[in-house]
Amino acid sequence: MQVNENKEFQPLIVAFCCNWCSYAGADLSGTNRLNYPTNVKIIRVPCSCRVNPMFILRAFQRGADGVILCGCHPGDCHYTSGNYFTRRRMTLLFSMLDFLGIERDRTRVEWVSAAEGAKFAATMNEFTEAVRKLGPNRRLEDLRCRKQ
Amino acid sequence: MQEAMIKRAKELLTDGSVKRVIGWKRGEFAYDITPAVFESAEELDKDFVFDDFTSANVSKYLVKESKKEGKVLVFLKPCDTYSLNQLTKEHRVDRDNIYVIGIPGGPKLDIEKIKAKGITGILSVKNDNYTLKIETLYGEETMPFSEAILDKCASCKSKKHVTYDELIGEDGDVLDSDRFDMVEKLENMTAQERYDFWREQLSKCIRCNACRNVCPACTCEKCVFDNPNSGVENKAASDSFEENMFHIIRAFHVAGRCTDCGECSRVCPQNIPLHLLNRKFIKDINSLYGEYQAGADTTSRAPLTDYTADDCEASIVHERGAE
Repeated sequence: MQVNENKEFQPLIVAFCCNWCSYAGADLSGTNRLNYPTNVKIIRVPCSCRVNPMFILRAFQRGADGVILCGCHPGDCHYTSGNYFTRRRMTLLFSMLDFLGIERDRTRVEWVSAAEGAKFAATMNEFTEAVRKLGPNRRLEDLRCRKQ
Repeated sequence: MQEAMIKRAKELLTDGSVKRVIGWKRGEFAYDITPAVFESAEELDKDFVFDDFTSANVSKYLVKESKKEGKVLVFLKPCDTYSLNQLTKEHRVDRDNIYVIGIPGGPKLDIEKIKAKGITGILSVKNDNYTLKIETLYGEETMPFSEAILDKCASCKSKKHVTYDELIGEDGDVLDSDRFDMVEKLENMTAQERYDFWREQLSKCIRCNACRNVCPACTCEKCVFDNPNSGVENKAASDSFEENMFHIIRAFHVAGRCTDCGECSRVCPQNIPLHLLNRKFIKDINSLYGEYQAGADTTSRAPLTDYTADDCEASIVHERGAE
């Protein structure tokens, strides 16, 4: 694991990972000794479809700077069609966040299968870097929840 | 029109084909019209009113009234019939127990726009050939009808009744409306401008829940916002996050089901343009998943309960247009 010693901004990334693919993908990237930032906190969900818009907003409320949702590739859902619904829902939600002027690059949906450990690590590296550039989440944070 | 409606309602009450009538009655002031249920001819004669201020969409009351014993008669404007269709589709009302009389729609008047002209002490408002004759405590005032039209009527989408059992007056057509213009204008702003616009609007919210309570699509027995653990308590927001969260979730819960009746903005005591959030979803659905008008029929699948294998990816949001 990398030890980041410089004092630059460290974003907090919440990753919702589907139990059947991305979560195993994260596991694979670990067993393959691939690096991905410790900024990423994974929350396991039974299906990407389990994530409702409230989860995403709640993550931002409690201090997340970026939220990424990982699920099975379209067509590969363990429950046949869950990720298709996720795709529509999240498209509309992200579009709405954008409409309210909240930086659209803080949110992302990525399809990562259980065999794609390398893709998982690469995605997380890239997303963390993108959010780091954006700086702390200010437009959708709850000041009452900010840590002193 | 009002006489014809009362006459027909009385006939149906007398021959026993309906037990109750949903319409409107006058409140404390002439312009202060409220939805009401009538059970007898006397009540109809006494209180029933239909004029330029009967803008309330009464379809939501059918959720309760249609479950009662005996048929219920309801007067619906074209926009309200969309709401009824949507409720029928979601099995929230018993359509067989409802007798719908379609009546002509607006444009209806917005009393706030009249008051905004500095006209106070209003006793009555009469429409005399598209000039409003306003009788006040301090004498008579006039203003053009067109300047006092409700926002939701100004961008009317349809004058066609999508469901009815009989009509009083004539049926109209689906209109070409400019209802997405403001959404488009906002989309073309920068993210910072949009953020500032919505902060200014949403920070006015007092969390009265009127937008939720009036919405014909919001008919859940248990609402997420009534859950004490939701983190969005029923109090004025103490942080901008709460305002954002409430309004995003409120609009999201009716996405794909909102018929764009405009009641949310009409009832908002703070005049927040809430319909813009709903219209944003409608506009996105139309452009991404094909034209869809909620309530236009009772058989099609709502966009968010449907999918196709080649839907666009969520990244389309990140790829488009100006930042």
